[in-house]
Amino acid sequence: MSLILTKNEIGRLEEIISDNILDSGAEHVVLTDLSGNLIMERGSLEMEDIFSLAAVSAANFAATAEIARLIGEEDFALLFHKGGRRNVYFSRLGKDFLIITLFNDNVSLGLIRLKIGSAIQQMATIFEDRKGAGPWRS
Amino acid sequence: MAFIDLSKNEIQAKIVYYGPGRCGKTTNLLYVHESMSKQVCGKMVTIDTKGDRTLFFDFLPLNIGKVMNMTIRIQLYTVPGQVMYNATRKLVLRGVDGIVFVADSLKVQKNKNVESLQNLIENLNDEGLAVSQMPLVLQYNKRDLMDSNIPLLPVAELESDLNSGLRVPFFEASATVGNGVYETLREICKRTVKSVIRKVGGQITC
Ligand SMILES: Nc1nc2c(ncn2[C@@H]2O[C@H](COP(=O)(O)OP(=O)(O)OP(=O)(O)O)[C@@H](O)[C@H]2O)c(=O)[nH]1
Ligand SMILES: [Mg+2]
Repeated sequence: MSLILTKNEIGRLEEIISDNILDSGAEHVVLTDLSGNLIMERGSLEMEDIFSLAAVSAANFAATAEIARLIGEEDFALLFHKGGRRNVYFSRLGKDFLIITLFNDNVSLGLIRLKIGSAIQQMATIFEDRKGAGPWRS
Repeated sequence: MAFIDLSKNEIQAKIVYYGPGRCGKTTNLLYVHESMSKQVCGKMVTIDTKGDRTLFFDFLPLNIGKVMNMTIRIQLYTVPGQVMYNATRKLVLRGVDGIVFVADSLKVQKNKNVESLQNLIENLNDEGLAVSQMPLVLQYNKRDLMDSNIPLLPVAELESDLNSGLRVPFFEASATVGNGVYETLREICKRTVKSVIRKVGGQITC
């Protein structure tokens, strides 16, 4: 199974990410699949090791999901790391994708979560047209 | 699961180095990382513990150039070989597009090689994947020890233990000095890219 995204689809994803998550003050947003591929990134940070960030985040997310399963939970609702200067928030997109949001203390986690929620809804509507062809397109 | 980005004309695919504990998977990636130019390969990430044993995985991103006008990015991963880490191996195998099975040539590792290959086949089956459909090459590592007095498995024996059913390409290697490392990598990249392109068929030219 492969995921193929056209230029238009990537453009639309970039737009949704900019209009919702970045405009509300997040520094950088990275979209990956759960096997660790980098789908796209957008934001103001100069990220040299973006492929490593995507791979390690996907693995970390999968490991956390496994912890949830082991203690009888389906998923953890909140996956968040607080740093000194920068925080990371992970959210699942559909069954197979992950949104990684980097933000600093100028913006609240609550706002970030709200905006990501609406971004996820908008992304879902793009891919709903593809019903029967896998989660997005297979 | 390969990802194809038509806005950048780029294919990303995932290749996993599999095999029993201490067979030399991490050493393969280290050699590639140390010897390739920084334009081709990115930073290596290693998550390990207790000396050199891999706990989670190693990761190395490569940009290997163009095929049919598409930029090819390959992500190399290793799994932890130790038997007890099977849950972790399954996580790393998720979405795999090609596999290098590294076998240890040490005679004392004969059964470990067979068990690890069996474990790979089972883990793939759990993901709904058949080993026969998966781009795969074998690497018989540590051939440099031929010159020592440590007993090694002859290549013919490794072939009959591991490859009699699979019939895939195999490479003799010595990952510590680099022999066979690139031959293995080149072949698995070729097979993986071919298989990704074949699976998506005509969709790529839209
Ligand atoms: N002589 C010799 N030693 C090797 C070769 N390849 C690896 N080794 C040694 O074997 C040991 C284990 O190598 P690793 O690459 O860490 O093995 P691994 O497969 O990653 O092991 P796990 O992470 O436990 O699964 C190290 O001490 C290596 O130096 C080889 O080709 N020849
Ligand atoms: Mg290792």
